[in-house]
Amino acid sequence: MTSLLTFPKGGVHPPAAKGLTSHLAIETMPVPDELEIILGQHIGAPCTPTVNAKDEVKEGDVIGEVTKGLGVPLHAPIAGTIKGMGQSAHPMRVTAPSIILQTNKEISAPRYTPKDWHSQTKDELLKRIHGAGIIGIGGAGFPAHVKLNPPKDNPVDTLILNGAECEPYITADHRQMLEQSHEIVEGAKIILKTLGITNCHIGIEDNKPDAIAAMTAAAGSTPDARITVTPLQVKYPQGSEKQLIQSITGRKVPAGALPSAVGVVVHNVSTTKAIYDAVALGKPLYEKVLTISGQAINRPANLRVKVGTKVKDIVEYLGGVKPSLAKIVMGGPMMGFAVSTLDLPVTKTTSSVLFLTEEEIDTRPHSQCIRCGWCLEACPMGIEAKEIAIHVEAGRPQDTAQFGVFDCFECGCCSYVCPAKRPLVQFIRLAKMKAKR
Amino acid sequence: MPASTQRLLKVSVSPHVRSRESVERIMWTVVACLVPPLILSVFIFGIQTLIITAVSVISCVTVEALSQKALGRRITIHDGSAVITGILIAFVIPPGVSYLMPVLGAVMAIYIGKHLLGGIGFNIFNPALLARAFLLATFPVAMTSAWLPPLKDMAIFSYLATPIDAVVTATPLAVLKTQGLAAFTEHFGAIPNLYTTFFLGWRPGCIGETSGLLIVLGGLYLLYRGYITWHIPVSVLTTIALGTWCFGGETLFSGDPLLAILSGGALLGAFFMANDYVTCPVNRTAQLVYGVGIGLFTVLIRLKGGYPEGICYAILLMNPVSSVLDSWFKPKRFAPPLGGGQ
Ligand code: SF4
Ligand code: SF4
Repeated sequence: MTSLLTFPKGGVHPPAAKGLTSHLAIETMPVPDELEIILGQHIGAPCTPTVNAKDEVKEGDVIGEVTKGLGVPLHAPIAGTIKGMGQSAHPMRVTAPSIILQTNKEISAPRYTPKDWHSQTKDELLKRIHGAGIIGIGGAGFPAHVKLNPPKDNPVDTLILNGAECEPYITADHRQMLEQSHEIVEGAKIILKTLGITNCHIGIEDNKPDAIAAMTAAAGSTPDARITVTPLQVKYPQGSEKQLIQSITGRKVPAGALPSAVGVVVHNVSTTKAIYDAVALGKPLYEKVLTISGQAINRPANLRVKVGTKVKDIVEYLGGVKPSLAKIVMGGPMMGFAVSTLDLPVTKTTSSVLFLTEEEIDTRPHSQCIRCGWCLEACPMGIEAKEIAIHVEAGRPQDTAQFGVFDCFECGCCSYVCPAKRPLVQFIRLAKMKAKR
Repeated sequence: MPASTQRLLKVSVSPHVRSRESVERIMWTVVACLVPPLILSVFIFGIQTLIITAVSVISCVTVEALSQKALGRRITIHDGSAVITGILIAFVIPPGVSYLMPVLGAVMAIYIGKHLLGGIGFNIFNPALLARAFLLATFPVAMTSAWLPPLKDMAIFSYLATPIDAVVTATPLAVLKTQGLAAFTEHFGAIPNLYTTFFLGWRPGCIGETSGLLIVLGGLYLLYRGYITWHIPVSVLTTIALGTWCFGGETLFSGDPLLAILSGGALLGAFFMANDYVTCPVNRTAQLVYGVGIGLFTVLIRLKGGYPEGICYAILLMNPVSSVLDSWFKPKRFAPPLGGGQ
């Protein structure tokens, strides 16, 4: 047992599969001929297009705005001509409205050079971050400027940067911490200024010693920014917001509350990099570093792609897939979504696309619960997944609140360990859907 | 991507990777842990223990398949759970019984005890122990007298030719209960010598319960693999030891705790019966309470009840309490919502 920090209860250790890509430097993929930019990329209201068919746009131009409610604008990832509005395949919503952009590779990209941002006020910084379309790109897609402006009655004292990257296979954050550590640290300083605090922890799982070293070297604390790199025990879901906060500060975010309730703001390291780009370079968020991995892709890679790039084009660029391909997953293998088409476009929140073989997945049929209790041991939230599943099977989803169904963030630990191969997370999703109705 | 590949893509739900563990793997590992005591029993009591076990296993697997077919369920005999029940039924009956007994036991355990109650996961009582209780109630004489003394010279086929009546003996617990410690040592030797005899298993008893050593080794292996936890074995055995020490002697605090654990079926019960997943509580704290309950009932039945051995009934008595204990000891939730409420 190591003495490294971690959350005390639950969690699992899926086999490491990061070796496929962790050594591969981020490479920039050539821009494809056509992009499909989905209008609803973040939590909140989807964007309304501000362009029409045949309009010419330049890289970084605003092409969509949120007129009312929570949201951020959308930018053209590259110069080109708007072909029109379309419906794009979407991993969760089947299809979603999008803007189709015919790219023009002749027009050269704008040059972004770092400028000093220290003289800007908090409001100016927040406006920049909002205007650049920054959302939480490591996870749910929550608009960043809202997180950076927490309610006054919850004084925040700690910023946590999430570099845990606990999902197997994914190495995009790892590579960014290695290759862009200074930008991330600078981004952290920007966030600290907007929050008016000085204390920042960067949580990184111990299986990325090179990233820990690079970030520690870059962190160099100053009086207005005390930045500490905190190595964490390797345990899934270390990167879940509540678990990460507990690992580092020992505080527990109450059910239904935001991290600011316990004085913490959490940002992903890649979001922090995007905040740096937005504030110091004036560059909006329209590119994404993705991990493309799995035994069934010919050439695994960490790729920088334009938002709106279709998986199909990525596959083609990487030399195609192997015949052993059994499943394509958008996101990590624990929480991602299996998809059946390659026409899906990358969004700001896509972190990886995995091409998995039969050996890597496991679709054995499930049997009855043998009451081993492993799912209870594995759940970091103390939820009784087995009871929820049994109640759903028996047609009583409405009775599952007592077992904690609404605390479940669908990390998948319970399903992962179940020896009877019961799809517990799926039963929980059903219970949530039925119980809400 | 060729169109043919596209059609075969799986789009099942997350998580997309799962642990290699499975019900089969757990069950067959338990089976493997029960094999060494079985082999030893052949050397202690002769080849008929192997025949009884084989009859029992084949009956259990057959009854499982027939029950599942009759009830329209998926046939799951490959998962090994019926095999375990078969071995355990044989383990808790005397080595000198007729071959019909395990067959009847199998019907009771698998059809009535397991499948009529809903199949694996829904049975309230440990099937093997249910079979033993049933056999003890219907054939009390055979179940309490068909004991064989351990073989002297490895003549493992000798009992096959001998009429059972000619060789019956008494089990240590029975002697201890009815005739006291003096007769007991006369029968089985002086105490220090006794511990080794008992630990290795060279004594009369049920087929699978005699070798404490091999049972504990099997149990430790299951602990090492993470298939069982210490909570139930430790709480059961500690309670039996303490209870016997307090009340098991002529005066208070003069009972022999070690002997209580090594004789009878305490170890087999604690490692392979009491912690049967389906019939024990799932919560760890509940498991401790459950184990203490089994220990107390065992001591009570051994000292005050009508039978020399008590762990079988003690487990059966606690089985239905499992779900109650689970509802008392719920897992601790991460953090309640602010202002309380669900
Ligand atoms: S998916 Fe939900 S119930 Fe299952 S382990 Fe994760 S939080 Fe617990
Ligand atoms: S892990 Fe699976 S078999 Fe075990 S208690 Fe949970 S649901 Fe039942």
